[in-house]
Amino acid sequence: MRKMSGAEAILECLKLEGVEVIFGLPGGVLLPLYDALYDSDIRHILVRHEQAAAHAADGYARATGRVGVCLATSGPGATNLVTGIATAYMDSVPLVAMTGQVPTNLIGKDAFQEADITGITIPITKHSYLVKDAKDLPRVFREAFHIARTGRPGPVLIDLPRDVTVGELDFSYPDLDLPGYNPTIGVHKLQIKKAAQVLMEAKRPVIYAGGGVRYASASKELLGLAEKVKAPVTTTLMGVGCFPEDNPLSLGMLGMHGTKYANYAIQESDLIVAVGARFDDRVTGKIAGFAPSATIVHIDVDPAEIGKNVKVDVPIVGDAKSALEELTEAVEPKPWSAWNDKVSAWKKDHPLSYEKSEDVIKPQMVMETIYELCPEAIIVTEVGQNQMWAAQFFTHKDPHRFISSGGLGTMGYGFPAAIGAQMARPDSTVFDIAGDGSFQMNIQELATAVLNDIPVKVAVMNNGVLGMVRQWQTLFYEKRYSGTTLGNIPDFVKVAEAYGALGLRATRPSEVEPVLKKAIDSDRPTVIDFVIPTDEMVLPMVPAGASLSETLELEG
Amino acid sequence: MKHTIAAIVENKPGVLVRIAGLFSRRGFNIDSLTVGTTDNPDYSRMTITVRADEVVLEQVTKQLNKLVNVIRVSELKPESSVGRELAIIKVNAKKETRSEIMQIVSVFRATIIDVSPKSMIVEVTGSEGKINAIERLLRQFGIMELARTGKVSMVRGSKVIKT
Repeated sequence: MRKMSGAEAILECLKLEGVEVIFGLPGGVLLPLYDALYDSDIRHILVRHEQAAAHAADGYARATGRVGVCLATSGPGATNLVTGIATAYMDSVPLVAMTGQVPTNLIGKDAFQEADITGITIPITKHSYLVKDAKDLPRVFREAFHIARTGRPGPVLIDLPRDVTVGELDFSYPDLDLPGYNPTIGVHKLQIKKAAQVLMEAKRPVIYAGGGVRYASASKELLGLAEKVKAPVTTTLMGVGCFPEDNPLSLGMLGMHGTKYANYAIQESDLIVAVGARFDDRVTGKIAGFAPSATIVHIDVDPAEIGKNVKVDVPIVGDAKSALEELTEAVEPKPWSAWNDKVSAWKKDHPLSYEKSEDVIKPQMVMETIYELCPEAIIVTEVGQNQMWAAQFFTHKDPHRFISSGGLGTMGYGFPAAIGAQMARPDSTVFDIAGDGSFQMNIQELATAVLNDIPVKVAVMNNGVLGMVRQWQTLFYEKRYSGTTLGNIPDFVKVAEAYGALGLRATRPSEVEPVLKKAIDSDRPTVIDFVIPTDEMVLPMVPAGASLSETLELEG
Repeated sequence: MKHTIAAIVENKPGVLVRIAGLFSRRGFNIDSLTVGTTDNPDYSRMTITVRADEVVLEQVTKQLNKLVNVIRVSELKPESSVGRELAIIKVNAKKETRSEIMQIVSVFRATIIDVSPKSMIVEVTGSEGKINAIERLLRQFGIMELARTGKVSMVRGSKVIKT
């Protein structure tokens, strides 16, 4: 046991948990902790807005599977983390968010920069702590990291009153004692047997894989099962990359902007094996019309997800990796079937497509070109049309190389998350696929990227509007473009240069490849302004509230 | 359909707000919620009555189980458990009505715990139905104030919900 201050103990805990980098922004109550950080080996990335700290930690976590860590001061610093924490919660991202707090004797007195951040974040954290005594710090940190990374991962918040960080304690890292936290590990053998039986009997099976496959690092096992029984595989947005999209069994993404063939296959299937997915409304469309004749097997580590949105015939609670492994063992190989032929015919007849152009830059073409030039790139996205094009037109093969805010749909997520991903994977090329709307939500982080030599490439699909909402206005609101025209778009090249980043622009299709090459070759943070048509749409599209069978058909 | 759930939770600050918040956020309807420490001071026991169909009840149980401070959640089926609620009722009581009130109290095996020239406080323990019944009967005299604890419940026989 060693005597140390609360602040020193916090850094010791972080070291013991293997933390190498934290994203944060200081404030008055955090002075003791930042003072201790000054002598620490842990790298601190100073962001320009706390929201970016949370997103960067989230991007770091998604790129590595490790726990991301962010730090913000009390009051406004803490509340600025809220969007980032909610984003991580919705997408089950392992995150530890530390917040400063006013001294314990001032809590509840409406002190300067006081906010009840544990109270505020209860609905968006897996768990949270308000530490009231320095001697509790080692236990709290031990538990927080354990809870964040195990079971269904998620964000955990630790609120740190100033006096706790200066208090003294005898440091020892305790064993875990969490009687109320027992994430399921093993898989029920009988349920596996039942699932194997329905899978063997099925004539038209589809595997529907989500983010759970990514967190369990179960891509290999997913491929193993699919190939053994020749079941086509569709992924959710969170599962993009879990199954190689160049595999003949891949159906790409399903749902609102999924491929037609994925949605057709789901609707005609007689068996759906859902793995680490949660039957979100963007995936299922009208729930009553979803996969009307399918038996449903649902594998999920979170028992509460099973039966939440759809009735499940064979529930399997457990880790996706072991469940898929055991299920693969329990089934006999199946040959390529008439169903596979049918699905392949759909793939051939209804591919993802767009109208190519010699005159204007099509965003889909930008995605394809990025893939051609840099198939190993880590693709981080903002939210909206840019996100869907990135999901659709880049050929994804690795879940840790596609990073996107799915559940919460947070505009402004992509750029800071890309910074986090680049910190985690310094040797990878990291793209933030952005819209001009989203990018402007956290554009200030250019300073962070430049200062820390984080060579993220921001590819802005600049259409001058909030494109996804405008698309809905075009389709469903008689082109009444209320509040979606951004109007005064800054010159992104000049903005980049003003921050000391590289700014590039492409206005014609012939310029796309050269500017991308320039960006990829540069070791500086780069912003590329791709001027795209205002009314390019994300297609196919199933309107909200419609069943997956009702793909919108557009004329002309 | 009403269901009764017993939850063993850690006796720590903030646990109640986590549970109450979970119910409101997920749109679960609480009829009553009681909480008190158990024989082990580290743990509290909550009895929650909810209105829910089977599907929602399953969600309630599963979501409660996800909370780190919740140790154990059990449904207490009416046929295999006992449940009691306590109510104290302040009722108008003049000289001419007092004896009638006392007769009702005696029929319900309730007790009078306070008397004043114009009022009485009646304490009654029992099932929800019994308390509703005495409340209905006392209403004719004028109920001035009423406080109910909400139900506490336990499985019959030697089976226990461990803390």
